[in-house]
Amino acid sequence: MEQTKVLTQRIRDDRAPVWIDDYINEGGYEALNKALSDYGPTEVGPLIKEAGLRGRGGAGFPTGVKWSFMPRFEDRPDERPKHVYLVVNADEMEPGTFKDRMIMEGDPHQLIEGMIIAAYAIGADMAYVFIRGEYVECQKNLQRAIDEAHAKGYLGDDILGSGFNLKIYLHMSAGRYICGEESALLSALEGRRAVPRHKPPFPAASGLFGQPTTVNNVETICNVPHIVKNGVEWYKSLGHNKDGGTKIFGASGHVAKPGLAEFGLGVKLGDVLEHFGGIRNGRKLKGLLPGGGSTPFLTPEHLDTPMDYDGVGAAGSRLGTATMIVFDDQTPIVGVLKNLEHFYAQESCGWCTPCRDGLPWVEKMLIGLEEGRGQPGDIELLDLHVKLLGPGKTFCAHAPGAMGPLEAGLKYYRDELSALIPDDATTLSLTQAANANPL
Amino acid sequence: MAHITIDGREYDVDDTENLLAVALSKGFDLPYFCWHPELHSVGACRQCAVKSYRNDEDEKGMVVMACMTPCSDGGRFEIDDEEAAEMRAQVIEWLMTNHPHDCPVCEEGGECHLQDMTLMTGHTQRRYRGAKRTHTNQDLGPFINHEMNRCIACYRCVRYYRDYADGDDLRALGSHNNVYFGRERDGAFDNEFSGNLVEVCPTGVFTDKTLGAHYNRKWDMQNAPGICTHCSLGCNTSPGSRQGVLKRIQNRFHGEINHYFLCDRGRFGAGFVNRDDRPRQPLVRNADGVLEPRDMDAMRATMEEVLAATTGMIGVGSPRASLEDNYALRNLVGADFFTTGMSAHDQAASLAGKAALEAHAERIATLREVESCDAVLVLGEDVTQTAPRVALSLRQARRNRHLELAAQNKIPKWHARAVRDIGQYNNSPIFSATTQATRLDDIVIEPQRLRPDGIAELGFAIAHALDNTAPAVKQLDDDTQALVDSIAATLKGAKKPLIVAGTSLGDPAIVHAANNAMKALAAANAEARLFVTFAEANSLGLAMMDAPDIEQAFTAIENGTADTLVVMQNCLYERAPKARVDAVVKKAKNVIVMDHSLNRTVGEAATHVLPAGSFAEADGTLVNNEGRAQRFFQVFIPDAPMQEGWRWAADLADVAGRDPEWAGMDDIIDAIVADYPALAGIKDAAPSQSFRKFGMRFPRSPHRYAARTALYANVNVRERRPTVDADSPLSYSMEGYYGEGQPPSTLAFAWSPGWDSNQAAITRFQDEVGGHLKGGDPGTRLITPGTDTAFAPADVTRVDGWQAVPMYHIFGSESQSARAEAIAERMPEPVFRVNAEGAKTLGITPGNDLSLTIDGETHAFPLDVDPSLPDQTIAVPVGMHGVCGVRLPVGVEPK
Ligand SMILES: Cc1cc2nc3c(=O)[nH]c(=O)nc-3n(C[C@H](O)[C@H](O)[C@H](O)COP(=O)(O)O)c2cc1C
Ligand code: SF4
Ligand code: SF4
Ligand code: SF4
Ligand code: FES
Repeated sequence: MEQTKVLTQRIRDDRAPVWIDDYINEGGYEALNKALSDYGPTEVGPLIKEAGLRGRGGAGFPTGVKWSFMPRFEDRPDERPKHVYLVVNADEMEPGTFKDRMIMEGDPHQLIEGMIIAAYAIGADMAYVFIRGEYVECQKNLQRAIDEAHAKGYLGDDILGSGFNLKIYLHMSAGRYICGEESALLSALEGRRAVPRHKPPFPAASGLFGQPTTVNNVETICNVPHIVKNGVEWYKSLGHNKDGGTKIFGASGHVAKPGLAEFGLGVKLGDVLEHFGGIRNGRKLKGLLPGGGSTPFLTPEHLDTPMDYDGVGAAGSRLGTATMIVFDDQTPIVGVLKNLEHFYAQESCGWCTPCRDGLPWVEKMLIGLEEGRGQPGDIELLDLHVKLLGPGKTFCAHAPGAMGPLEAGLKYYRDELSALIPDDATTLSLTQAANANPL
Repeated sequence: MAHITIDGREYDVDDTENLLAVALSKGFDLPYFCWHPELHSVGACRQCAVKSYRNDEDEKGMVVMACMTPCSDGGRFEIDDEEAAEMRAQVIEWLMTNHPHDCPVCEEGGECHLQDMTLMTGHTQRRYRGAKRTHTNQDLGPFINHEMNRCIACYRCVRYYRDYADGDDLRALGSHNNVYFGRERDGAFDNEFSGNLVEVCPTGVFTDKTLGAHYNRKWDMQNAPGICTHCSLGCNTSPGSRQGVLKRIQNRFHGEINHYFLCDRGRFGAGFVNRDDRPRQPLVRNADGVLEPRDMDAMRATMEEVLAATTGMIGVGSPRASLEDNYALRNLVGADFFTTGMSAHDQAASLAGKAALEAHAERIATLREVESCDAVLVLGEDVTQTAPRVALSLRQARRNRHLELAAQNKIPKWHARAVRDIGQYNNSPIFSATTQATRLDDIVIEPQRLRPDGIAELGFAIAHALDNTAPAVKQLDDDTQALVDSIAATLKGAKKPLIVAGTSLGDPAIVHAANNAMKALAAANAEARLFVTFAEANSLGLAMMDAPDIEQAFTAIENGTADTLVVMQNCLYERAPKARVDAVVKKAKNVIVMDHSLNRTVGEAATHVLPAGSFAEADGTLVNNEGRAQRFFQVFIPDAPMQEGWRWAADLADVAGRDPEWAGMDDIIDAIVADYPALAGIKDAAPSQSFRKFGMRFPRSPHRYAARTALYANVNVRERRPTVDADSPLSYSMEGYYGEGQPPSTLAFAWSPGWDSNQAAITRFQDEVGGHLKGGDPGTRLITPGTDTAFAPADVTRVDGWQAVPMYHIFGSESQSARAEAIAERMPEPVFRVNAEGAKTLGITPGNDLSLTIDGETHAFPLDVDPSLPDQTIAVPVGMHGVCGVRLPVGVEPK
């Protein structure tokens, strides 16, 4: 299957970064010029909304709609708060996800240009890129790109004579998965503990330092210049179904050729798998997590699923970040689940009880099952956790995310998991269990 | 208003509230941890799960957290719902995966919110079979014990300490199920309100170390409604005792004063009651200067001789003793020979304070009202050190700006983190002028550091800027004038401006200035409020007793019109320089002292000592800084012959042949009211001795009070008949009426079925959770509007050259608490402070001693540099850790 390269069109085979001269030679910053000259500040947002761009950070929220929540001060400049912020989420901690990294390392100006247009569209005067701590290369390249853009007048005061001002700052994360959750990210940026915030209020009303703020994923923002430059119709035509545009897909795990590739949204799951060389070593597919560690399993029966937001949703999972983790038929599912839940238990921010104390218990039960120390009732206890760590029960989406693969695992591989409980295991009293069967 | 349904019952409720608060107010038993009536909602613990239905058709409903759910009109909620109940029980089971279950050895046991909630959710059997994580504990100093393994990570401690009390040295550290609540390293908490952690923490992580030193369970304590005696604010306390030992001080909710929180001086300062060196027998000083015990008969005979031979008695009352104790002394010595026991300058300042309150009788702020003010001017007072609890209230006042911003963005007031997040560093304006940097400066706009005369002038100038008929001060420089104008404009623009001033700098001009500013403000804004702090727990009460200051007592002895000083719970050395007191004592034939502590007067000056009860061993009435008369009750009966100060004074009057025939408190209160119509309100401060509810008294002990019959088994195995209290309608037992309809002033402890912890159980006694006590918050306001409505002249007393100003410390400056072991450990080393220029002029390297003569007395302390001090100004540590009895501010000539 041929790739549709939009976001990755400038990425070099050797991954050498595209600096500003090459970027401009290859059509870069044209969109910015167009946005500033052809559109008023309030006219870019509707364009994005019309294009149907949805968030690439995992939740898939329509970007133009999110932007429309931002308060506007054009008619009441006196009430303009001290700052309005755009924050780019470059934390990319989702297990199996490495798409934003490729963009930031290989084509940093694409993100910078996207940010300038996005900031213009939402009325922001300050922008932060919150970068995963390990992404040192991204930081270096982005910083150089920012400096280059400054030197050329794309950043700073009165950008290209439009009267629009913007500063961009990079912030390296101290490194927790929860920092990728947009409201925890804002807390972290403020120098507080990375604990999520309750919504409402949404960041548009009270975000970074209590000011109006929009948070978007790196890939989301990179779509913006292309939409502005080539128009809504062009953008919509890139997708196979309802969702327009392209998506960077990725694959890791038991595929023959792990990596990244860009396709129009709605491409069939089977075709994507095939692009990555299918299952390695001639084995068969057991299941895969289609969009990162917190998306529920899809199985061989789902290979015809159109890979867009609604399509994957209908199959019982989520498109997420569209970077799949693939397991062959010889993978014991309990190990997969245990590793995942270990990650989520460890990355719990510790704020709410179900997640903080429930996830470690889940992990320990999975360890017990794996080591042949399961007891009758363990599977039901896992079910109970799936139920009581679900949306609304916990403070943020971290724990429900952690339950995604567990719930699907219990559904698709229930017999395999139940079989791990030794036939002669009985339910021990608490004291007996602690002595005989410690987890 | 919103019409909602909870468990099928319909209510009209305040739609600005959250569902948890409303459900608790309506009497539902809905478990919670992270929510607190003062800290509000954050949705962390997930304990308050209920079912919410979208509309009448919705049958499935959705589990939501009550504390994060607004009460919107038409809301339909079920607490009694299977799925919600399952969630609530599961939250406990999760918490129990790491909780050590060490209730038997845990000091929280019996008043533990976690125990209560566990029972309430019905969780009984833990299914988790893994190992529990363990933490290391920290040494947090003399006040608080730390046992982190019991933590359930509800985040209340950090929310209280950091977000409410603005402390910095307690943090949530670590993450996932390894969060740790502690300091970076071992050491005492830096914040003056840290003790509230022991009540805010719903488990046994933070417990009262002073209770732990002689521990017993809540249900084994005999309590009484108490009033803190360590400053003028009159916070309500619940002292607990057992077998004649004062075990601890707990907060006693008062909706207008302290509500849920005390300061550390108030909570940990009562240890003086248990000191071994207290006088417990009548004592007479022998020829060798040693105090010898006497039995009662011998003492009576001695006192008969003394009183028969005296050529004149002069009484020294006390601003830290009750009205009853003072009045009984006045009765003994005669109205013309009674003095207030306050020094001349303290009395002058206190009278100025009283006059200011009278001028603004309708505008006197309670602590609670302080919290609702949106612009504040503090004149002179370093409140954190002199009237600590109001500092905590001012910290809430500055958050009104956060609430305003929240309201503008439709964020409900209970949404604690959202309010904080939108508030950030935007505070309601607080201005302050003090002699040096204070612990409040972090929330003060451009803190001003001036000498007392400068502070008064600033106040007068602001008054003049607010109303040009108020007297002006001399020409101000441009910067100062600009500041004055901006403060005046801010106060004028506020919805509810507040002026805070006090007597601690001993300069009445500061209070006059505050009075003028208040007058100028009040003319335009009826909401404007005044808050005046006084030196001691009953300073205002004594100011209302209309008697001369202690000078008159000293001169009476000096000029020979009297030969006998009769002192009621006061230390002469705190009121005048040592040389002066020594001379007076030497000249006096008798110094008869009724006191509970071995202070310097008892130890060095008294010829006769009568062991009086402390606040814990007596009843009495105190008038706090807002003019509220409040009654405290005897917590336990001291061993005879110790008795109340007023009973000693009455006994002495009897010895003198003038038995006042007071059978109990009611009689002496009647006598006070007859002499002082202005004090008539004290009669209503609490019900009389004969008051009963359904024929019953009110218990001092919770009904599970254990082992009563065994208490005195070493003496007699028969159960003793509890002593009958002749002074109050309280019983010395667990018998009596407790609960709904009990006069709030008689509530000795807080408990209600299913709710054993102090901060949660009180809900059942409040009109709404966190609001006011049902039946009205205790105490009666005594201040009546004065007739003097004129502006005070803008007169200040200027000192040229060096001036010594007082420097207070929460631990040390108040003499009773300074005798408590825990407080003594936290008292600072005494130092003199000057600015760097001053140190240079004096030619003293910081750290070396400065020897300074103040008021004729010479003291040597190390010199410390405080860059905030005005030029030529020496800050002098006043109190038990520094100097007592000197007049400050005063001109000095350091060499
Ligand atoms: C636990 C958790 C972790 C997340 N991590 C990331 C992340 O690393 N990067 C990201 O872009 N979004 C992450 N998100 C999603 C963000 O909260 C947010 O939805 C996203 O940044 C919004 O941008 P978008 O609308 O452009 O997708 C995470 C969400 C959760 C609940
Ligand atoms: S679900 Fe709760 S504990 Fe877990 S990450 Fe979110 S807020 Fe933190
Ligand atoms: S120490 Fe106490 S208050 Fe703090 S989080 Fe733990 S249980 Fe809650
Ligand atoms: S010392 Fe003052 S502020 Fe502190 S508890 Fe006592 S009355 Fe309250
Ligand atoms: S009390 Fe409601 S979540 Fe903690």
